[in-house]
Amino acid sequence: MNPRQPPGIRPRLVAAGLGTERHRQPFPHSQENAMANPFPHAQSASPISGPPSALEYASDRIFRAIALSAASVIIILTAYILWEVAGKAMPAIGDYGLGFITGTEWDVNKGTFGVLPEIWGTLYSSLLALLLGGVFGIAIAIFLTQDFINHRLATIFRTLIEMLAAIPSVVFGLWGIYVLIPLLKPGAEWLHDEFGWIPLFGSDLSGPGMAPAALVLAIMILPTVAAISVDALRRIPYKVKEAAYGMGTTRWEAILKVMLPTASSGLLAALVLGFGRALGETMALAMLIGNANQISLSLFSPANTLASLLASNFPEAGQVEVHALMYAAMVLLAITFLVNVLGLGIQQYTLRKFEGKK
Amino acid sequence: MNATAEALFVAEPFQASGDVVIDCKVDKIFYGDFLAVRDSIVPIEKHKITGFIGPSGCGKSTVLRSLNRMNDLIQVFRFEGNVMYHGQDIYAKKVDPVVVRRYIGMVFQQPNPFSMSIYDNVAFGLRLNRFKGDVEERVEKALRSAALWNEVKDKLKNSGLSLSGGQQQRLCIARAIATEPDVLLMDEPCSALDPIATRQVEELMLELKEHYTLAMVTHNMQQATRVADTTAFFSVDISQGGRTGYLVEMGPTRQIFEDPREQLTKEYISGEFS
Ligand SMILES: Nc1ncnc2c1ncn2[C@@H]1O[C@H](COP(=O)(O)OP(=O)(O)OP(=O)(O)O)[C@@H](O)[C@H]1O
Ligand SMILES: [Mg+2]
Repeated sequence: MNPRQPPGIRPRLVAAGLGTERHRQPFPHSQENAMANPFPHAQSASPISGPPSALEYASDRIFRAIALSAASVIIILTAYILWEVAGKAMPAIGDYGLGFITGTEWDVNKGTFGVLPEIWGTLYSSLLALLLGGVFGIAIAIFLTQDFINHRLATIFRTLIEMLAAIPSVVFGLWGIYVLIPLLKPGAEWLHDEFGWIPLFGSDLSGPGMAPAALVLAIMILPTVAAISVDALRRIPYKVKEAAYGMGTTRWEAILKVMLPTASSGLLAALVLGFGRALGETMALAMLIGNANQISLSLFSPANTLASLLASNFPEAGQVEVHALMYAAMVLLAITFLVNVLGLGIQQYTLRKFEGKK
Repeated sequence: MNATAEALFVAEPFQASGDVVIDCKVDKIFYGDFLAVRDSIVPIEKHKITGFIGPSGCGKSTVLRSLNRMNDLIQVFRFEGNVMYHGQDIYAKKVDPVVVRRYIGMVFQQPNPFSMSIYDNVAFGLRLNRFKGDVEERVEKALRSAALWNEVKDKLKNSGLSLSGGQQQRLCIARAIATEPDVLLMDEPCSALDPIATRQVEELMLELKEHYTLAMVTHNMQQATRVADTTAFFSVDISQGGRTGYLVEMGPTRQIFEDPREQLTKEYISGEFS
């Protein structure tokens, strides 16, 4: 271990997957010389200062090993799951190719499998949920952090919102079926009657459908978005707030023109995590979205998502369908991966643009 | 006057010779129960630079920040007294602090640029005030005045946070002067600057006072003698149990440094202060 490097940095690098040989090369002999004090004369000049003890070096190394193994376990586990799913999906990928992604029919008897409607349903429901959950989540975070209510009340409020995350999704599903859908019905009917020419209201809500699914999904991602946004806004240094008000901004000007841009990378992380959660949500959607194999802009028609396709078809699936379902799972994984990469890209961009980080 | 008030020292009010833009009369300033500053009358004269000096913790920043209601951001802050600005008490109920801060700008002790581009930082106040003229020209002018233009003219799109500490502070000065506020408050604006940049900022201040009014906190005695027309010396009073700041003496800078009336002032400027 290089004695000049402050302890704590190495483990962090390792946890981030950066503990490679490359970082060690500048001090190739540091490992052997770790215990020898290179400054014996300094020792007599400053008797209080001294090198870390052997025990401290050892605990440093142990901590590094723990961090490294924890990181490896995650990576190995992910790789294994990918391997399993891909292996099971392989026959289907070979049989259906890209036609699987552009196909719109799912019929076991005919042996045709296509997931375009499910891809559409997944993206549409998640985007709607992100729109609602994102706006409300960030609004709640602003409300909790920008001196609208006192600190203790804000903490209570935040705890309540985070408790939303602990509710099982089956409960959300049941709530959607028994409370939300009946509640939405009259409004949906009216919208369809009056504004039926707008594609969004192009059909009637006969039961499950996109609107209740997206609404419940929005509530489900709300705690994630709100909690991470609160942290992002809290991290803004006090002097930035002073600078904003010092320029003579009103509260809203300070929030919109200074606070939100300053917290933008954190807020983006909140949105990406929320979106990821919406993409993968299974149970509540399987109960609420109607599992209909169709592509429609209408908020009130039933649809399907990849995750709920998996959940509803898996239990009775035969060999061939299991392969197709695994292929669908791969598609979902790919979408999630793309969303995360895209989010990371935007985040890097905002970091560079707003905070000057390279 | 009652008995305790008689026992407390109160500085003789400074008789300003010219127009007074901000007439600050502090009775008491509290942070919660803590009495931070008491009985200080600090008139800020038009087209002059008023310097605040005194030992650390004596309330210089507190008084300075009371002049544009910056301290309103601190929930426990309480101001007793009045601050007359163009004949209007800025602490009056009907006065919105936002408006006060539009006319009375501020540069802080620590550089605090916004996380946006250098250009946007300087243009911030112009856009905020819906400035109709040539923003680009104003931004350049402000950056030149703040002695930063040559260093950043090729990277105006870069983030303000990518600059060094001293450059950030000059960026904050540019941001504050871009809107040409009536009064500019500066809290140790040069504490993060090297001697050259300090000199440039001092020259800028001397230039600015032709048209604007400035008040500045400084720990640097030389700086006070170089730029301040009037100097206010604050000190800490521990006789009442707390650490309460108060004005000891205010007057023309020459007089304060060459012929101070108070013993305390004499000791402080000659470095004998304990
Ligand atoms: N936000 C605050 N809350 C509570 N007390 C405060 C706050 N800000 C300042 N004080 C107290 O008020 C007193 C005066 O502080 P102030 O910052 O005005 O001193 P100063 O003269 O500017 O000192 P320095 O030269 O070190 O900047 C100090 O005792 C300080 O502890
Ligand atoms: Mg101060």
